[in-house]
Amino acid sequence: MKALRNIVDKLKPTFSEGGKLGFLHSTFEGFETFLFVPDTTTTKGAHIRDCNDMKRTMIMVIVALIPAFLFGCYWTGAQVGLEGLTAFIYGLVRILPMVAVSYIVGLAIEFYFAQIRKHEINEGFLVSGLLIPMIMPVSTPLWMVGLATAFAVIFGKEVFGGTGMNVFNPALLARAFVFFAYTPQISGEQVWYSNWTMMGAQVDGVTGATALEKLATTGTMGEWSAMDAFLGFIPGSFGETSTLAILLGAVILLGAGIASWRTMVSVFVGGLAMGYLFQALGVTEYPAWWHLIVGGFAFGAVFMATDPVTSAQTNTGKYIVGFMTGAIAVLIRVVNPAYPEGMMLSILFMNALAPLVDYFVVEANINRRKNRVKTVK
Amino acid sequence: MSKIITLRKGLDINLAGVAAKQCKQLPMASEYGISPLDFEGVTPKLLVKVGDEVKAGTPLFFNKADERILFTSPVSGVVAAINRGEKRKVLSVTVTPAEKQTYEEFPKLDVKKASREEVVELLLKSGLWPMIQQRPYGIIANPSDQPKAIFISAFDTAPLAPDYDFVLAAERANIEAGIALLGRLTEGKVHLSLPTVAPVMSQVEGAETHIFKGKHPAGNVGVQIHHIDPVNKGEVVWTVNIQDVAIIGRLATEGKVNMCKTIALAGSEVEAPQYYNVISGARIDSIVAGKLKQQQEGDSVRLISGNVLTGAKRAENEFLGYYANQLTVIPEGDKFELFGWMMPRFKKFSVSRAYFSWLCPKKEYKLDTNLNGGERPFVVSGLYEQYLPMDIYPVYLLKACMAGDIDKMENLGIYEVIEEDIALCEFVDPSKIEMQQVLRDGINLMIKEA
Repeated sequence: MKALRNIVDKLKPTFSEGGKLGFLHSTFEGFETFLFVPDTTTTKGAHIRDCNDMKRTMIMVIVALIPAFLFGCYWTGAQVGLEGLTAFIYGLVRILPMVAVSYIVGLAIEFYFAQIRKHEINEGFLVSGLLIPMIMPVSTPLWMVGLATAFAVIFGKEVFGGTGMNVFNPALLARAFVFFAYTPQISGEQVWYSNWTMMGAQVDGVTGATALEKLATTGTMGEWSAMDAFLGFIPGSFGETSTLAILLGAVILLGAGIASWRTMVSVFVGGLAMGYLFQALGVTEYPAWWHLIVGGFAFGAVFMATDPVTSAQTNTGKYIVGFMTGAIAVLIRVVNPAYPEGMMLSILFMNALAPLVDYFVVEANINRRKNRVKTVK
Repeated sequence: MSKIITLRKGLDINLAGVAAKQCKQLPMASEYGISPLDFEGVTPKLLVKVGDEVKAGTPLFFNKADERILFTSPVSGVVAAINRGEKRKVLSVTVTPAEKQTYEEFPKLDVKKASREEVVELLLKSGLWPMIQQRPYGIIANPSDQPKAIFISAFDTAPLAPDYDFVLAAERANIEAGIALLGRLTEGKVHLSLPTVAPVMSQVEGAETHIFKGKHPAGNVGVQIHHIDPVNKGEVVWTVNIQDVAIIGRLATEGKVNMCKTIALAGSEVEAPQYYNVISGARIDSIVAGKLKQQQEGDSVRLISGNVLTGAKRAENEFLGYYANQLTVIPEGDKFELFGWMMPRFKKFSVSRAYFSWLCPKKEYKLDTNLNGGERPFVVSGLYEQYLPMDIYPVYLLKACMAGDIDKMENLGIYEVIEEDIALCEFVDPSKIEMQQVLRDGINLMIKEA
């Protein structure tokens, strides 16, 4: 530790204000605080502080994403006819370039903006950078990943003032950007088909509609069973298929107290309620809970809708926004079969509405305070 | 029997170094001082010069904004120094104590019959008036105001806080005199909030009692006011610390300013944490001399006048604060920690289950002053509310303070809170925002605009 510290201390003046590379101050600071928790002490107010910080909070989300990520690796390989470890390695090799592109592009922009603003580097992108490849089909071209990431970070986040100020979930914005800008390339039959032949992958075997599309068009899951969908053996974006792996992530998130259980539970409840409503009305015939295990519903509920910045800020608001997110996702899925995946749009829509919901919740608090005067007098 | 008000929100931070229930008289300190900085919004105008002889109770300075409010010497002796900082701002006025203490004479009052004017005059002249603070804003009360009620908290739930039931066991008569005296100042009630277990304090008579059950900040008077009779726009209530009530009672019965108080010397860096009898304003090094643990090379300690959540950082040659009832000593955290944020950190405390402290709730922690991270914008939500047992949205209020939006601040409850109430929010904040300062800036803006 001493040796490393000495190196950092030696480099520090070069990167400090007035040093030769002073303009890279924030970048250096970002790396330094990655290695060392700084020696900053409190000066006033609370002299002791909780040891939880933004880095730890964000890293916990990444830990929670690991089960879904690992499963995604395996399943990507398995879809092209590979087995066991080979399948896993194939998937890993496929996804790593996407992860790398997303992180390099996103972090470069983050660092640049932090530099201009003379802020510390914010950790928010550590999560977004992993989420972006995980919600894209694994065959998405790398340039598209890069472009979408740049769009999401610049227009989704930095123009609002960076992490903590953004209105929309950056990762979902990247997905939406790709979806709307490159619809022909990313939707339709080609989506899930893998164009890489390595390790003996059989490319031809895996084109075809997803369970979600089948559900929307035929009302069945096609050749897949509900168990397949729950375990994740269905086509879909890299990280979203296995409800089981996602639930493992949910356990980590809720266990660590990082994500709000209020939001998470409400999304599932909202989706179920809407599903049952359609069933009762006779619009759909399959069980309502199927919605929760196909497509991106579970992934969205656990990792996207719970984003503390873009979701509702108040506890009451969390119930409302969560419920609406789930309900609207199912509504889009059922009523608009041309667009079978409603989760992405639903979450983005509720991101836009969350401040309004919060406004009413806070307004209620204000009115309680005002009414107190009336009741007293 | 009063109704028990149970508060579910809050947090008790289990720190090492709780003061043992023994009390020892400390000898006279080398110097006593009173700092205008202990009081919000006070610009001092000096009444003494270096070398002047003063008695206990002789005014040292007054508040420029309100000449009636005097600040008096806690001891008799000679004015030793007037310490100034930048732009000649007065930092403290110090007095070297005389061998034999002499006191200014004040009239003894019949606490049950004295008129409001007599009481106000006595408290102003004696320099004890600043003990009465007002809500909103947490500033020294305005003697011309008619407070809706007066609130006293008989317990302190902050980490390592003194147990008033022990500290004031022999002061019951003075407390009752003080309560009676304060009762002359308001047409409303004097409220006394008790913890669930307080054999001595629950005997105190003369006030309307309430019982609070819960974790910190259940002992904060602001939280208690919120649940008993909240402050609305245009209303003013006054608050007095329970030990200060005893000092006020003592003044009325003895006719002299006797600023003796019992403080807890606590914290992980104190060799044998316990209680000490001191006179308010004692020099810190006189109190802690020989009582701290030996520090290793490169380590240092933080001396805090008050508790770890709201107290003020003090140097050895500075003084115990006017409002302080404890002196806390914890290690400084000016150390780098390799990959700290990735480590299990078994020795550190977090309310987040991202660490492991939730697995050992009984463990005593030795926490240092490290910020444990860098400052970020607000990111997490739903966390802060759990540590503020009031019907207030802390983040919205703080954002209104940051934006300087007077209407919003007012609507969101700025009249009800002061720094100590949101100290826990600041403690748990992973974004490391200086919430107490943000709130104070907001309050000061309110005062300026009003």
